[in-house]
Amino acid sequence: MTAANLQAGNPQLIATDEERTLFTIPGGVHPPENKQQSLNSPIVAAPLPGKVILPLSQHIGAPSLPIVRVGDHVLTGQLIAEGDGYVSLPVHASVSGTIVAIEEHPLPHASGLSDLCIIIESDGKDASIPMQERPDYRNQSAKSLLDIIREAGIAGMGGAGFPAAVKLNPRAGCSIEHLIINGTECEPYITADDILMQERAQDIVAGVELLSKILGEPKDVVIGIEDNKPEAIATMRETVKNTPIQVAVFPTKYPSGGEKQLIQILTGKEVPSGELPSSIGVVVQNVATAYACYRAVRYGEPFISRITTVVGEALAEQRNVEVRLGTPLSDLLTFNRVNEKKLSRLIMGGPMMGFALHSAEVPVVKTTNCLIAPTKKEMPPSPPALACIRCGLCAEACPASLLPQQLYWYARSEDHEKLESHHLFDCIECGACSFVCPSNIPLVQYYRSAKGKIKQQEIEKEKADRSRQRFEFRQERIARAEAEKEAKRKARQQAALEAKQKLAEAKAAAEQHSEATQQANSDDAITNALAKTQTKTTDPKEQQAKLERAVQSAEGRLQKASARLVESQQHTPDKNDKFAAQVKQAEVRLTDAKKKLNDFLTSTNFSTNTSGTSSTQTQEAQNEADKDKERLRLEKAINSAMNSIEKTQARLAEADDEKREKFEKQLNAAQERLQKAETKLAEFMNQLETTAAQEKLQTLQPATVDAQPEPDTPMDAASAAIARAQAKASARASMSEEEKLKEQIDGLTKRLSKAEEKLAAAIEEGSDKQEALSLGVEKLKIKLQQAQQQLEDA
Amino acid sequence: MIELLSTHPIAAAILALGLLALAFGGILGFASIKFKVEGDPIVEQIDNLLPQTQCGQCGHPGCRPYAEGIANGEAINKCPPGGQATVDALAGLLGVDAPALDAGEAEDADIPKVAYIREDECIGCTKCIQACPMDAILGAAKQMHTVIVDECTGCDLCVEPCPVDCIEMRPIETTVKTWHWEKPNISWASESTSTPNIIATDKLTPNDAQKPSKDDRAA
Ligand code: SF4
Ligand code: SF4
Ligand code: SF4
Ligand code: SF4
Repeated sequence: MTAANLQAGNPQLIATDEERTLFTIPGGVHPPENKQQSLNSPIVAAPLPGKVILPLSQHIGAPSLPIVRVGDHVLTGQLIAEGDGYVSLPVHASVSGTIVAIEEHPLPHASGLSDLCIIIESDGKDASIPMQERPDYRNQSAKSLLDIIREAGIAGMGGAGFPAAVKLNPRAGCSIEHLIINGTECEPYITADDILMQERAQDIVAGVELLSKILGEPKDVVIGIEDNKPEAIATMRETVKNTPIQVAVFPTKYPSGGEKQLIQILTGKEVPSGELPSSIGVVVQNVATAYACYRAVRYGEPFISRITTVVGEALAEQRNVEVRLGTPLSDLLTFNRVNEKKLSRLIMGGPMMGFALHSAEVPVVKTTNCLIAPTKKEMPPSPPALACIRCGLCAEACPASLLPQQLYWYARSEDHEKLESHHLFDCIECGACSFVCPSNIPLVQYYRSAKGKIKQQEIEKEKADRSRQRFEFRQERIARAEAEKEAKRKARQQAALEAKQKLAEAKAAAEQHSEATQQANSDDAITNALAKTQTKTTDPKEQQAKLERAVQSAEGRLQKASARLVESQQHTPDKNDKFAAQVKQAEVRLTDAKKKLNDFLTSTNFSTNTSGTSSTQTQEAQNEADKDKERLRLEKAINSAMNSIEKTQARLAEADDEKREKFEKQLNAAQERLQKAETKLAEFMNQLETTAAQEKLQTLQPATVDAQPEPDTPMDAASAAIARAQAKASARASMSEEEKLKEQIDGLTKRLSKAEEKLAAAIEEGSDKQEALSLGVEKLKIKLQQAQQQLEDA
Repeated sequence: MIELLSTHPIAAAILALGLLALAFGGILGFASIKFKVEGDPIVEQIDNLLPQTQCGQCGHPGCRPYAEGIANGEAINKCPPGGQATVDALAGLLGVDAPALDAGEAEDADIPKVAYIREDECIGCTKCIQACPMDAILGAAKQMHTVIVDECTGCDLCVEPCPVDCIEMRPIETTVKTWHWEKPNISWASESTSTPNIIATDKLTPNDAQKPSKDDRAA
């Protein structure tokens, strides 16, 4: 065949064995098979391990969720971790014993990283849970059979470990025509499937029938085997007699066992790039998976053991071992009498696609089909890589019709766009290209790394997009909140303006009664207050606290920096300069902060001394807010009454005589309502003014009429204060001393009780206003006492 | 008319060209209104390349403002979280030479990190929530706060405001799920490869000599 043909990827007819037409795949290589050494003895059961390590993610998909706790006793086959979602699998205890840990443990993974594992110490009894046998499984529905397979925790045993039940349940709309059972086992050294077919053909065929039933009896069910396994072929041919299952035999070539390659060989169809086989109506399962499915359905056996080829010249025994999942590899090596001195490295999987292990303490997992313990002579370390000579051998070997040389150049320069346009993700990482490369370039490692980087970048990109969204959303939310606040403030200002107008009217009335001098005086006071309020809007206490905090943190920083400096002087003298600079900076900041605090203290001392009690003022502001609300409510009532009057009037005009009476009644009622509301408002305003005046009065009592500024009340409160001061001026004129005092006491007791309530509430909530409130209560009490004293005196 | 034109070929040519010019002018004018692109596409493109950490280390209140800044001619090497890769990508987009990253003091800027709140020290002051541009911190007044790791961009902005210094930045650890193969580190001189973990080396087995390994071509 020519290279051009290979490039085009045309499947070619290679043979017609008696039952079906076979096709060929492009590329491929013929590495030394090395299969015989492990086929000399039958499957041997490994001894029960002393402890098993069961990783929570032995499959593709979400890790399982443990349902046992450390110290629990479990039986063989007991469920110890549940699948987390659809693409996930449960884990079962593979020995009976005690859970000694659920912790991070190194995994059999190319990275050598650790992940969460459940570790069971065997009690040596291997006491099993009762297994539910189902002799009549043929009568069960496909759905319940799938559930059994899922609950048995079966993952694809040949490749990456995709949950078998997920693969057997293709998306709706994919009608499955071919069920292909993969007995190819094309990689050198591995013979686990071969020996399984030789020894347990009956169960495999039963399993294939079971899978076919689950998939709705596809018209083509075929077991594909390479022609280097004559015994397995003979046994399987014998066993499938009288069933609709075919056994297809094709020439040995690596990597015929790749899923897409096998589909191409057996059906001539190519799986489109980036699609699943089910999209062209094909499902592929491994022979060992079919076997495990049958055992699970028929005998209720969960997936707790598997057949693994243990091979390599460092071992005295090279054979296939039936081993419990979770068995440490070191146990397996000992069982096969390893010669530690000759062992050069440990490889999990085959020599083409496997990976070197970092330690022998990792466990056998669901996908462990082979463990190679070679001597240095058997598998020498890779020779040094040389420059690419552009020989093109790699392109001829590639079964996916890619251009490995191009991919290599792009992977080296990390040109991810070019890599993707050269279909990097169609590479099955078979290693055929590295195998033929005369320059010994580890091509596959380049591709794996590039794939990893591209995937990582995609994830990062996704995260960046999400971050952008979140950030923009947050900006929007803040803007909205700001706008709302602004709107509220406007509304409040408006209300205050209205109140001011009303008060102006009241003032006009009051003017007739009051003295001109007093008026002038309080007017002065008002402008004073206004000016001061405008300049000072923050609570001095808060400012002080802030500054103190700044000083503290600066001190902390200074300490830290100097500690670091000392340390560095001892250890890393070269960084001294940097740390010294840091210390300097911290010092500067500290003095700065201290200075600011001092400035502030001197400047505020005066005003805090003279400006009465800020906490009482806060309270006043709160009372005011309450009153504001009340007034707003009343105003609203008036508005709505007016509205309804208007409406009724309009309707009245339109209505005929009959209805007129009714409407007139309504109108009257509405007018009444309006009047009531208006009187209420008037009353309320009056009350408001008098109480306000009283309150103001007592703060102002110390002789002069010079009103004190309220540094922490906002602008509209200031205008209210104006009004109050004015009202107070008129009220004062018309009250006798005793009356004033009495009213003052009344007001004070009211305020005191309110303040106490608030304090209690604050304490209950643990609010940070608590302190301020208790101070306020204290002050109120003192004032009340003073007032009472005064009254008695009078 | 036809005769007139055929007798005055120059005038005919001018007329034809004039008509064509009018027609195309009309089409172009129409297209420029009909297919008007909203917003500034270059800013969008630049913003797409920025890491969206929103950390403000570039001196802008977020990545988008910096994108606008770059579009107006600002230097492209001011984003430490993006690292040199972002600078290169920006240089590629804008067709300029890539300057070196101006990382400032942040030496380890390119190690991805997430914020971690030492939860028993948290006093529940909500200061970090206000600082986080990502809304990645969960908590309420006087309650313990915690970071939603998946949403945290590692921008560092929550560390400073914490009054009790209980927030630290921790590097994101590689897990089995996030790990990927490293690019082989080969020095071409003579050194052996830094023992790549990929196998595919059994071609040097002794029986390799007898077994043709590339017989695919030979066949
Ligand atoms: S086989 Fe190796 S040397 Fe030949 S073209 Fe491919 S990468 Fe280059
Ligand atoms: S590893 Fe990838 S590029 Fe190399 S031969 Fe296999 S499929 Fe082709
Ligand atoms: S420095 Fe920070 S805010 Fe600026 S572009 Fe980079 S990640 Fe965004
Ligand atoms: S949690 Fe901290 S570091 Fe993470 S995004 Fe929010 S502010 Fe930035």
